[in-house]
Amino acid sequence: MLDNTNLVYIYDGTLEGFLCCVYESYARSEIPQDICTEGGQIGLFAEVQWVRTDMGHAQKVYESIDRKICLEAQDFVKNAFLTCMENKEILIYRFMRQGYKYGRAVFDRLTDDTVDRITKAVRNLQREAGNLKGFVRFTVYDGVMVSCIAPKNIVLPLLSDHFADRYPDETFLIYDRIHQMAVVHKPEGTLLTSMSKLTLPPIDDAEKAYQTLWKCFQHTVAIEERYNPKCQMNHMPKRFWTDMTEFA
Amino acid sequence: MGRFFFYPVSAFTRTYVLYYTDIKRTHVLYNSGRLQGREPAVDILEKLEILTDAAKYDVACTSSGVDRSGRQGKTGSAVACGICHSFAADGRCISLLKVLMTNQCVYDCKYCVNRSSRETPRAAFTPHELADLTMNFYRRNFIEGLFLSSAVMKNPDYTTERMIQSIELLRNEYRFNGYIHVKAIPGTDNALIQRMGLLADRMSVNIEFPSEMGLEKLAPQKKPEAIMRPMGLIRSGIEENTSDLVLYRHAPKFVPAGQSTQLIVGATPDSDRKILTLSEGLYDKYKLKRVFFSAYNPVVSDPLLPSILSAPPLLREHRLYQADWLMRFYGFSANEIVDDKNPNMNLAIDPKCSWALRHLEQFPVEVNRASYQRLLRVPGIGVQSARRIVQARRAGSLDFEGLRKLGVVLKRAKFFITCQGKVTEGVIIQPDTVLRGLLSKNDLKMLPAASGDQMSFTDLPEMARVMGGVPTSAFGYLPEERTNEYAGQYEFGIHI
Repeated sequence: MLDNTNLVYIYDGTLEGFLCCVYESYARSEIPQDICTEGGQIGLFAEVQWVRTDMGHAQKVYESIDRKICLEAQDFVKNAFLTCMENKEILIYRFMRQGYKYGRAVFDRLTDDTVDRITKAVRNLQREAGNLKGFVRFTVYDGVMVSCIAPKNIVLPLLSDHFADRYPDETFLIYDRIHQMAVVHKPEGTLLTSMSKLTLPPIDDAEKAYQTLWKCFQHTVAIEERYNPKCQMNHMPKRFWTDMTEFA
Repeated sequence: MGRFFFYPVSAFTRTYVLYYTDIKRTHVLYNSGRLQGREPAVDILEKLEILTDAAKYDVACTSSGVDRSGRQGKTGSAVACGICHSFAADGRCISLLKVLMTNQCVYDCKYCVNRSSRETPRAAFTPHELADLTMNFYRRNFIEGLFLSSAVMKNPDYTTERMIQSIELLRNEYRFNGYIHVKAIPGTDNALIQRMGLLADRMSVNIEFPSEMGLEKLAPQKKPEAIMRPMGLIRSGIEENTSDLVLYRHAPKFVPAGQSTQLIVGATPDSDRKILTLSEGLYDKYKLKRVFFSAYNPVVSDPLLPSILSAPPLLREHRLYQADWLMRFYGFSANEIVDDKNPNMNLAIDPKCSWALRHLEQFPVEVNRASYQRLLRVPGIGVQSARRIVQARRAGSLDFEGLRKLGVVLKRAKFFITCQGKVTEGVIIQPDTVLRGLLSKNDLKMLPAASGDQMSFTDLPEMARVMGGVPTSAFGYLPEERTNEYAGQYEFGIHI
């Protein structure tokens, strides 16, 4: 393999596109120094290589993860791609190279820099998704439940199953305004879609009443003598508060 | 193709706008018309405030212990690890709608905010009000379920029947599939406990005081027998149910998330030893899932109780939880944490460090070879990092930098470990230096008069006396004269 110090792959930003970068690197026997989306920061002397997204190539690489590493690695790579980690593409690429070399034992290499950074990023993603399972707040508009979130990682794919399972007969929408995407669930099925704008009507009296009740409960249940806002914020960082009914 | 690519972003090309009206036009109306758009009753806000305020001193509010996926036609699911939906201003997790059915009580327990002799606003939910509230909170993802307790209305049986009515309504009519935690009222008829257990996920009976004496003085209308009987009943119900489930897969589940209890800390002169051995017995004999500790919050002025001005003994409660964790996840037994000689924990230092300091002969531990159980005993290594050490050393031998990546707190662990036979540079393993290194800034802050630089290992027994002995009620230990007055009376713990 030729380790080219200036080579940069450019891809379309999709998981499929990324997997094609991996394919291309092996097909051309070269190791890129970075993998970016169009418009990313590229060094002055970089040798740029556009990688075309080919579904067949992506599929091949995706299957190879299961075959050469393990089934869990497939989910791991998909999750890693949803994280907000900087330079995630090149790190996942390096992780996959290690995976092809060591097999499933790559997960034991926790002290390796690449594996360490990726596992921490994935843990961070799962923690944020776990938090949001609790912190998502629905507002009911005439029978449709709508929620807005602003997560750092792309958590919607991890949230959709949980909420679809919890409210199977409801119609709900969770809108991620940072990544401009949404989960829409109806009794017939669940859909993950991109969404650039969400306009909502005013809320009705019943909704207002339940919001007031909730605020009252959230306030009353605290024990004054144990007042500890720092602990509260440790468990529930302020960045979540903007979208939570009790702090609105 | 395409099925596995759950991240459909080609955000750069395929963006389209979905307006609210689009969903509304096509959505199927929520099938239970009864809930739809119905406004809550006018006085419900007042009731909620009264009955939340009356319930807030109960600490157990976890929604853990059972995994149950959702079902068509029902609302809700349960997740074994539990979900926190919010955090109150006191930093405690809000997971369940924690309210009382009513706060009108016929009992007059001295420590309790709802005792009959106290002048306070009283209210009661009707089963429908409570079910409406639960469903509407649940739909909006405010809560994980309901935590229903009650003051004793008329008698325990009558109270329990009211509670059963509410949860039956929730489960059967409102098709609620989320988490329900109910309190078993001491003295309730066995048959009612049975019925309740088939509707709830978790049940709990509060022991409140770790000794019979405490109960007798402070809650004379509650008898230890009345507390332990439902507890035993729930245990045997769970056991029978487990064997039924082996035979019949669809046998209804009895209290699938197990039972828990609560002990009040600092209202009576009971030692940590009594509290911890009782907890240990409850885990072993009654198979409890959790024992919760509640720092006594003086709400009432009474000669038998700590002064109304004293702060709740939060640090002691914190240390008890640490000890509880050691017993449940770290393989410690109660008498390793406290013993006859030191019946109370040293508040200045966490119980694991304290144990390690008393057992320096068992250290250092070589991280590359030590068993998982031995790793767990090292201060600064937790369950997660011990697991990661075991996993990571399969790939190669570990050094200190590697341990840091695995999440080991080297600040504490460095005194107790070697890596490839080496001790961290500059570390001197002597009791004095170790102690100084172990105390965190937080530990020091919580201690009013101690400063880390001036403390040494030889001070520890002295500190243990001062902190763990009987100085101020701020630490949850009653003043010395009060303890002497009770001397002997508290010798016998609750018989379990």
